[in-house]
Amino acid sequence: MMDGLRPPEPPSGPPSGPPSGPPPQEEPAGPDEAALQRWADANFAACLLAVDPAGCGGVILRAGPGPARDVWMRRLAALLPADAPLRRMPLGIGDDRLLGGLDLAATLKAGRPIALRGVLAEAHGGVLVAAMAERMSGETAARLAGALDRGHIRPERTGVAETAPTRLGLVLLDEGIEAEEAAPAALFDRLAFPIELASFRGPLALDGLPDAEDVADARALLPRVEIPEEAADGLVRAALALGVASLRAPILALRAARAAAALDGREAATMEDCALAARLVLAPRATQLPAEPEPNEPDDEQEPPEDQQDEQEPDEQPEPPPDPDGPTPEEILVEAAKAALPRDLLERLKAGVAPRGPSTAGRKGEGQRSLTRGRPIGARPGAPRPGQRLDVVDTLRAAAPWQPLRRRERSEAAAGAESAPTRVEVRRDDFRIKRFKRARETCTVFVVDASGSSAFNRLAEAKGAVELLLAECYSRRDQVALITFAGRTVDLALPPTRSLARAKKLLAGLPGGGGTPLASAIDAAAEAADGLARRGRTPAVVLMTDGRANIARDGEAAPPRAMEEAAEAARQFAARGHAAILVDISPRARETAAELAQAMRAHYLPLPRADARTLTTAVRGVTGR
Amino acid sequence: MTGPFPFSAIVGQDEMKRALMIAAVDPHVGGVLVFGDRGTGKSTTVRALAALLPKIRVVEGCPYGCDPARLAGLCPRCETPAKPAKKAEAASAKPKSRLVPAPVIDLPLGATEDRVVGALDLERALTRGEKAFEPGLLARANRGFLYIDEVNLLEDHLVDLLLDVAASGENLVEREGLSIRHPARFVLIGSGNPEEGELRPQLLDRFGLSVEVTTPRDLETRVEVVRRRDRFERDPAAFHEGWDKEEAKIRRRIERARKALEAVEVPEAAYARASELCMALNTDGLRGELTLIRAARAAAALDGRKQVDDAGLRGVAPMALRHRLRRDPLDESGSGVRVERGLEEVFGA
Repeated sequence: MMDGLRPPEPPSGPPSGPPSGPPPQEEPAGPDEAALQRWADANFAACLLAVDPAGCGGVILRAGPGPARDVWMRRLAALLPADAPLRRMPLGIGDDRLLGGLDLAATLKAGRPIALRGVLAEAHGGVLVAAMAERMSGETAARLAGALDRGHIRPERTGVAETAPTRLGLVLLDEGIEAEEAAPAALFDRLAFPIELASFRGPLALDGLPDAEDVADARALLPRVEIPEEAADGLVRAALALGVASLRAPILALRAARAAAALDGREAATMEDCALAARLVLAPRATQLPAEPEPNEPDDEQEPPEDQQDEQEPDEQPEPPPDPDGPTPEEILVEAAKAALPRDLLERLKAGVAPRGPSTAGRKGEGQRSLTRGRPIGARPGAPRPGQRLDVVDTLRAAAPWQPLRRRERSEAAAGAESAPTRVEVRRDDFRIKRFKRARETCTVFVVDASGSSAFNRLAEAKGAVELLLAECYSRRDQVALITFAGRTVDLALPPTRSLARAKKLLAGLPGGGGTPLASAIDAAAEAADGLARRGRTPAVVLMTDGRANIARDGEAAPPRAMEEAAEAARQFAARGHAAILVDISPRARETAAELAQAMRAHYLPLPRADARTLTTAVRGVTGR
Repeated sequence: MTGPFPFSAIVGQDEMKRALMIAAVDPHVGGVLVFGDRGTGKSTTVRALAALLPKIRVVEGCPYGCDPARLAGLCPRCETPAKPAKKAEAASAKPKSRLVPAPVIDLPLGATEDRVVGALDLERALTRGEKAFEPGLLARANRGFLYIDEVNLLEDHLVDLLLDVAASGENLVEREGLSIRHPARFVLIGSGNPEEGELRPQLLDRFGLSVEVTTPRDLETRVEVVRRRDRFERDPAAFHEGWDKEEAKIRRRIERARKALEAVEVPEAAYARASELCMALNTDGLRGELTLIRAARAAAALDGRKQVDDAGLRGVAPMALRHRLRRDPLDESGSGVRVERGLEEVFGA
């Protein structure tokens, strides 16, 4: 009975041999056991991916470069069939290479347009590996997501009008260290196996894993593998119980369970396969834990009220799992997932603290964007100067219609001299230069005082003002970040993002109250601005406060010292030279805030006069737009 | 290859389905924006719509799919035979016009401007030195649907271009010495996840209807969604067969509604109600009222009603108006809630 609750040992079953590999999973017996288990899981995930790359979507491998990652990659490469491609894509790959484009060299040589396939098309039937996925831009992620969803791309790019199949698995190499640095949420949602190996220091050898031959057999078997409905529904239920919002998760789990059964040479997936899928697919996405099940409780206790679901379902009604005695499939699967959760996360979930917002499915919406290049916004005529880029396609296009004429001219001018009639003749007039959207993006860091004194005064108005500024930032396609402070804490409530929706949501839920740790807030603002500048962005800080500090840097409520430290923090801030505005949100403008602004070398704006337009103009002023 | 997931097999998401059907009945409603959570079947639903659209009659060989019934003289009638890019032309070569499926064209991220608006035909220019126009996506989308997934990530220069074409209904190409003007009337469909970023207000305004989708929270719906998806993936052909009847039903309903549309009556009182509602909600401009009336009329046609009444207006008001509210920074409630509030104010609770 207890054995039924336990997830299967990943390397055990397939192909048939006796259970081997890492020690069986006992009650959490120290970090080593758990780490070994994770390593075994990671390797088994590679096997599942090799069986059904397109179905599983892929793997997010969170680990720095090192032996573990190398071994993992080598294993995956060895498991893939010989004819399945394994391609790599670099960070900041251009659309020409990702989606396909005109092959300029071949085009010039042939004298007619020749298309070059992109890596997505090249990786069809195999696996595409993306390096540094934690820095992947939202745009690239969306292109990859589209290719995964549809199984083909039709790039609609110059020279490429054909539909190309893209049934492939993705491997995202995520080298993020901070929680904020993570693979794009759009891909997290579509890739079955998020694997955390960042801290793995164990032995890398594993026995009993399936080999390439097992994978080949499993691939042949896969289309015939069935999953009993009860187990499949259990996965959906378990996903909901674990607070996994997206419906892609249970679908991916189903496919993983099928692949596991196929690897084991079975045509029917079992609860064990589903438990494995729950562990590999659902556990990393968990945002909550279901209430501890009472032993032998009737199982409808666990289900949320079933109100408005009947009308649109012409099909048969799904009935609750028929398990009067033993644990329901859902319980088994939830247990399996729970067993795979890192201890700290488990504790947090038990305490009812969701690791991250449920709507982001555990990852932040927008990773850092590739900022060094900017987005192309077309081309204009002119010869390229250093630092500009020639738009070859448009140049070629400009040159194209003149070819017959030029050829004729040339052959007349140099009759007898050898000419190359198939070559394209490009002249100075033809040059087209790529225009980019400004490469340096501005990020406005809002630092909002949510302390008691401010809350009583004008927090609501400050929120309103911030929202107006947000709208303005949005229309300029700027990024915004939000730091809030109150009591003893300073929070980076919102890392740099372009999502107005998230900023708005956060602001709305911002409680007011507590002391004013102003010095720490200014320190945090300076740090955030420094970080942004390092990443090539232009930071602008908007500090909204009444300037009355009463919590010192060490967290002590010591008003005089807090004021001194705030002044000191302000001077340090000034020394870094970041653009800043201080919006005074006290009911009547006071010296304190004005002095602080001066010390920060910030533009001072008292809120009573800071209507939307003044604020906007001020922000525009400091960001130089 | 079998078709996409059937429209009728999509569980729940009634507002999204309804908005798309309204747009299918009356293209003048002006497009649909679908914004919401990941994994809610946004793009699946949009792509499923293609199978339900009534066929259209086009002039044989016209790259813009002109309607033989009214050649308004917009189409330049390219003398060059079109590329085999159009499925329509690959088929038989019958006299003057024929029925083809209404186009549902994907505008993918990363598309280049020349492929979207059309440009000099590079192949012919390079090999034969001829100056010929190669129509782009906008030409193919004429009289059909243009779909942009992840519309909030679309490159700015493409958005600019779309804004103009969507407003004027024609595509004006002035590049590489070409000067071409051709009709490009399409229903713009966009989908996206708000977490990835907002939509430019101007683009937002181009969408007639806007729906918000959320992940279903109740277990039975979720189980059903996964079951159907799984069955579809296992055996798409059999799955399609199972839903053929339902699909045909919706297709007929849309066809009937299209025919009935003209006859649906809009009483003065309904116009007054629409104005009242838009005033109460303080929406920008007159487009709100117009869209509201049009959507209500299409909805009435879909439901077999002969007249637009209060209930009909109420039904479509959220999707017609929620993206037209002015941003009110001090009102934290979502736009859907604000529309509800306005509705209660005008129609009574």
